[in-house]
Order: sequence, then C-alpha cells, then structure tokens
Amino acid sequence: MSPVPTSADDGALPALPTLAASPHAHGGMSVAQVMQRVMLALAPATLFGFWLFGWPAINLFAVTIGACLLAERFCERLMGRTSSLGDGSALLTGWLLALSLPPWAPAWIGLLGGFIAIVVGKQVFGGLGQNLFNPAMVARVALLVSFPVVMTQWVVPQPLFSADAPGFIDSLRITAEAPAHPDAVTSASLLGHSKTELARGITIPEALASGPQTLFDWTGLRTGSLGETGTLLVLAGGLYLLASGIIRWHIPAAVLAGIALPALVGHAADPARYLSATQHLLSGAALLGAFFIATDYVTSPNTPAGQLIFGFGIGILTWIIRSWGGYPEGMAFAVLLMNALTPVIDRYCRPRILGRRRDGRALEPTPIDNTGGA
Amino acid sequence: MGFLDKIFRPLTRSEPWGVHPDERKRPASETPIRRLPPPPLLYLPLSQHVGAAAEPIVRIGQKVLKGECVATAKGNISAPVHAPTSGEIVAIGPITAPHPSRLEMMAITLRSDMEDRWAPLEGLADPLARAPEELARRVAEAGIVGLGGATFPASVKLGLGHRSRIRTLILNGSECEPYLSCDDRLMRERAGGVIRGAVLMRHATGAREVRIGIEDNKPEAIAAMRAAVDGHADVQVCVVPARYPMGSDRQLIIELTGIEVPAESRAADVGVLVHNVGTAFAIHQAIDLGRPLVSRLMTLNGEALAQPGNYEVLVGTLVEDLLAFAGGVRGEPARLVMGGPMMGLLLPSAKVPVVKGCSGILALSATEVARDEPGPCIRCGSCTRACPVGLLPLEMNARIANAALDAAVALGLHDCIGCGCCAWVCPSRIPLVQAFNHAKGELAAHERDKKRTDATRRMAEARSERLEREAREKAEAAARRAAERKAQKAREAAESAASNSEGAPA
Repeated sequence: MSPVPTSADDGALPALPTLAASPHAHGGMSVAQVMQRVMLALAPATLFGFWLFGWPAINLFAVTIGACLLAERFCERLMGRTSSLGDGSALLTGWLLALSLPPWAPAWIGLLGGFIAIVVGKQVFGGLGQNLFNPAMVARVALLVSFPVVMTQWVVPQPLFSADAPGFIDSLRITAEAPAHPDAVTSASLLGHSKTELARGITIPEALASGPQTLFDWTGLRTGSLGETGTLLVLAGGLYLLASGIIRWHIPAAVLAGIALPALVGHAADPARYLSATQHLLSGAALLGAFFIATDYVTSPNTPAGQLIFGFGIGILTWIIRSWGGYPEGMAFAVLLMNALTPVIDRYCRPRILGRRRDGRALEPTPIDNTGGA
Repeated sequence: MGFLDKIFRPLTRSEPWGVHPDERKRPASETPIRRLPPPPLLYLPLSQHVGAAAEPIVRIGQKVLKGECVATAKGNISAPVHAPTSGEIVAIGPITAPHPSRLEMMAITLRSDMEDRWAPLEGLADPLARAPEELARRVAEAGIVGLGGATFPASVKLGLGHRSRIRTLILNGSECEPYLSCDDRLMRERAGGVIRGAVLMRHATGAREVRIGIEDNKPEAIAAMRAAVDGHADVQVCVVPARYPMGSDRQLIIELTGIEVPAESRAADVGVLVHNVGTAFAIHQAIDLGRPLVSRLMTLNGEALAQPGNYEVLVGTLVEDLLAFAGGVRGEPARLVMGGPMMGLLLPSAKVPVVKGCSGILALSATEVARDEPGPCIRCGSCTRACPVGLLPLEMNARIANAALDAAVALGLHDCIGCGCCAWVCPSRIPLVQAFNHAKGELAAHERDKKRTDATRRMAEARSERLEREAREKAEAAARRAAERKAQKAREAAESAASNSEGAPA
C-alpha cells in the first residue's frame, strides 16, 4: 500500500556517507593553507637573508628543508602511514630551523638539524599535533649544545653580487666543508659581543663603541642567523600573519613585552651593564621568535589568557638568559622551557563556560524584575 | 584567581563567539512564497514534536476534512496531528523516519481527494479579553510546536508564563543558518500576522514586553516588521548582528536582554521566553482563524536544485514530491539535508515526509559538501574561539577519542549545543560534532543501562527482602505455635498432675 520504503527493504536506499553528522558545509582555511600563509609571511625576511649572505645561505636552506622532508617521509614509512608532506608542516619546520642557523653553517649542520627536528622533535611524539616542544627549537638547541663553535660563527654580510661574495661554485665548497672556512670573515653579533666584553670588565657603551660596524643596523645589514637580521621584514611578515588571522596578538605582544619591560628597568638602572630595550627587541631572534616560533599552534596554549602567560614567560626568560645566562641568545631555550609548561597553563586557563562560573558551577539565576507586569 | 582574573579579563576578552558562514540565502530569499498544491499521498508521523507520540483517533478508510484532528496529544508534553488536506485515511503504520538513523516511526497515511476542503473552523472572538489559559488551550489543540526546529509543544511553553513569571517574550527572527530564508520571507510577506501572534503570546504569557530579534542581513524583513509593529508600544523590533548561532536561545537572550541564562536552567527561570517568528504566525492563525498547524513555510535550496525558493508546504508531503514541484534536482544531489547546513539532519532518502519542525530541504551538490579527509589536530584553537558556549572542543574530542567520556563531561560536554561552529572552522576538518553526538549518545545509553540495572537491583533486593520477611514470619509463626503447644502441654500436664494428686490416696 504505502510507497514509502521502510527499513525492511533497505536495498532501495542509497548508502549514507560515513560522516553523517552536521555541519554539512565547511569554512576556514585548511592546514596546508595555514602553513602556506606562514611561509608567505617568512618569504621577505628569507629572501633578504639569501641576498645578505649569498649562496652558502641558500645551500644551507635547501639542505635543511630537504633533510626535514626526508626525515618526515622516512618516519611515516616506518610507521606505515601515508605521506603527509602535502600539509607543509615538515617544510615549515625546516624553513624555521634554517632561518635560525648561522648562515654559512656547513651542510651537515642542516642535515643533522633537520633529522633532529623531525625525528626527535616531532615524530617520536606521534607526528603532527602531538609534539610537546617546538621541533625547530629542539634541533637548534641540540646543535648549539653539541657544536657550540660551528653554531656561533657569524659571518659578516657579503651580499650576493658584491665583490667579496662567493660564487655558486665557491659556495658549494663552503657548504660542504668542515667547520672553519678560511674565506669567511666572522664577527660577533651584538648580543655575543656585549656579553664577551662584559665578561672582560668592559661596559656596554664602550663595547659598542669599539665593536665592529656590523653589530647593529636598523636595515638589517648586520651579522646574525640566516633569517633574523632583516628585523623589519620579519616584523612585516608577523603583522601580515596577524592581519590574516593566522595568529592572534596575544603571544607576540606578550613575548615582546616580556623582553622589553625588564630591559627598560635594567637599562635605566645600570646602562653600563644592561642593553636597552630597543637593542634587545631588534637584535637576535626576538622578533622572529615572537611572531613565528612562539606562535606555533601545537606547542603553545590555546586560550588568550594562557597565551599571554606563555608569551610573557618566553620574553622574561629570554631577557634573563641574555643578561645573566651563559649564552648570548636565549630565545630557543625560553621557548622550550615554556613549551614544557604549556599543558599546565592550558589546564589552568580554561575559558568560562556560558551559564557557569569559572569553577564550573552554574550561575545563580538573576532575580526577575517584573514589577508592574501583567 | 580573582586578582589574576581582574588583570586578564579585559585582555583576554576574545573576539565574538560563533562564525559567519557564507550565507547563500540568495536567490531563494528573493523569490516570493509559493504554495505547493496537495500531493496525492501525505504521511503524518505521530511524533513530530518533543514528548510523547500522538494517538491516532481515525480508522483506515475514514474520510477527513482539512484541519480535522487525526491523532490527539497523549500526556502533558505532546501535540496532536491534523489532516493537512481533505481525503481518506489509507494506512496507519511504520514509515522510514526523516532521520539519518533510518529508524521507523508510526505515521498515518492520507490520500488526498484533491479538493483541499477545510473542516468548519471557528476563531476565538476577542482573544485578548480571554483568560491566558484559554489561549494556551487553543494553541495546544492546534498542534503548534516550536517551528524553529526545536518542536517543543508551544502551549507548554506558553503555560510556563504563569508558573515562572515572564518579563520578556523574545521572538526569534534571526534565522542565522545559511541557505534558509523562510523566516525572512514570512516576516516580509506576513509581518502583520507575526505581530498579531506576538501580541497574543504576550497576553498568554503575561510578559511585559516583546522583543523581536532580526539579523542585520535582512533589511527588508526589518522594515516590514517595523511597519507592522507600529502602534504596539510594547513590541520592539531589535536588529542583531548576523552571526551564527545567533538564533540559539541563550545567545539571542544575551544579545537582546544582556541576561545570561544559568547552566542547567531554562530561559523561563530568568523571566525570558523565546519563540520562533513562525510559531507566532501559527498561533495567530490558530486563535484568530481557528486553523490548526497543517502547513509551514520551508526553504528549498542548494546547488543541486533547479528552482531554489520558499514554499508553503503541507506537513506530511514527501520530500520527493516537494523537490519535483520545485523543478526537480539537477543530477544526483550529494546530500539531502533537512534543516540548515550547520545543524540539519542528513536525510536517508527523498521518500520521507516533511514534518512540523522542518525549516528547509537542501539538495547539496558534491562541490558544496566537498571536504578534505580529517587530519590530526594541530591545536590551532580555532574551535575554541568559535565555540559560542566557551568550550574547548579540541580537548573534548581528544578525551572522546580515548574513550574517556567522563573527562569530556568534566570539560563541559553537556553544555555543548551542537551548533557545529567548531567543526565548520576546523582546518584539520575533524568531525567534532560527530564525536560529541556519539559521546552524548553513549552517555545516554549508559544512563539508561544504569537506570535499568538499578531498577533490576531494586527489584531483586525487594524480592529477597520479601522472601526473608516471609521466612521470618513463617518461623515466628511456627515458633509461636510451638510455644503455644508447649504451653498447652504444660498446662495439660499440670492439670493432669493436679487431678492425679487430687485423686491420689492420702
């Protein structure tokens, strides 16, 4: 009688999709798109680094990223997983690691770093989204602790196409060669130089006056790691990420405040002993770290309050390590330390649920004002 | 924490909750309402509302007129079902429910006589002079349920007004779901009826004021409603920002009154009642014209549909007939959805009837529903920012994936309204709503099992107690009898001894 099929004759019904639940539409970016935006934001500072440090830097960049991609595929192969290279996360890890390396570091540094980042920093935890620590910073710190000499050899900028710059063929020799390359004119960075001179009893103003020209330069023509010298370009990339909604302001602002506040106080109290806030913010990896490293989704808290605590912690720790620690730069250590605190921060900084108090109990109903009602 | 809160509260006030999906309301929203003629067969599920299923009061072969009651409400929370057109009852039995589960539900099948003759109807004269209870009774008799999709019997909600004092009656005209525009068209074309319904409901609930919330993406509806509201000082049209899920009760109440409804409470507990604009119109029809709820406005939309638009459809019409009337589908739609794309239900086939709570049918093309394969969570926190309730969907999902349902509950699973913002925005395309629905279902099943085992245990305990008591009583009775016998014997012995001694030679 009834032409409506019942489940008795199921054959008439088409198969349902496995994911039957709503929503039936999707918006927002995919993971790959997010990664692409970050790379786009990094591109100007990276290209500037390529120009500033020439072919050896380009080689190192390529080797590091290649090592990361290889390591990622290798691990996934071992675990019998399908390739996830398409999401761009391994590429981005390699990119960030390369930017944090000395620009003329030999190829084996990039290779080893790439493997450490992906294997130790990411895949042993279970792959994308599972790692506790920022993979690029794990690799950077492992390299720095293991090979302090190679990792602190800062080459003086020799821009591409300038007279002193090594050609492509020369660059291969530099990249392939073991630690000391005779052609390179190395110099100290601002943070390193002031730290060494302070240890010798020379005050900061004197150290800066007697130091090499390449210590500090607004336009980025200075020594430093591959991607950190073009501070204004890094800042521009960071602002692009903010504007496009990939990152929120909380972490970068808190990191920069965490560095600047103690620097202001320290410098005001004892200018002979402490660098100024501007010098702190514009040198080393402060901006790169604040906008690109600390904001890594996987290893940072995911509520605004947690992100402020996290970022401020990174900033303060960075300043402490720079001012009083054994290393001239502390961003990588600070990021790793705060990464370790992320689960705790996330536990204590939960958003308030609508209709409930912060402790999870239901709100008291507000008394109904119905005076004069019907 | 108080001190830290004070510092952080202003800094951490995150951007507004919710999402703003691609609206896709046009061109359907720009076409006037068309009336669907009665289809040859109508299928009237007995359970088109929250609460107990209605009880059929017709026999197979019986002739009915349009608007005649075919099934009555059963219990306090229920709603009757009326014949949407005139014709003959041809079957009462199970049909496939308009639900992805494909479960069956009881329904009355009506064959239309194509005359569409109304039963004699009588409106209520001068309703504003009547007792509020009388209005609520009329609404109950008309089978009106929440037409926004919640399908809670409207009369029960009106009746709440007297038990918990209502200050503000909110009419929900936000229509925040993408694709849908039936409330929009209703407000544009029948604003007078909606306002009349609002006035009647205000009287029925005893509310002091009525606020009608309309999203700012419906300027024509706002203008029409403002014009219709002229002269009613206590009815106010309020423009709210277009943001999903603005149409969710708790979000709309905050937007319009600033009141946050406490968790585990109802809106009525804070003096607010929210009804859909469609419900208001149906109430006007029921009270002023005596018409029960037999049809409703519905949006037909989606890329796979030839003529998207808004239609007045008889309840019980097959989706198939509806799609055919709207010019049919182009190719095979990838998904048929009842309701909006954010919260609508996937339909198992087009051979299911539309019900009272159905605000639209979407025939979505493959490109519209295309989605990447779910990937691992990258903890980006998009879901947390999108959640209108302030939950941590990523954390709840991680707990549910590990089968730690209690941990998910501790994170607020029961506060989840299932709006789908999290899953909509997730860059890894994790089916979060699926996970939460699964967990809620599991927990409900556990709860049922627990109740059942509790009941069984109680019965077993009562039985063993009874057996024990009976045994005890038996033993006591036996002991009593034994004692009596003993006493009897002792007495007899004493008596015989006495007589013996009496009779003994001196």
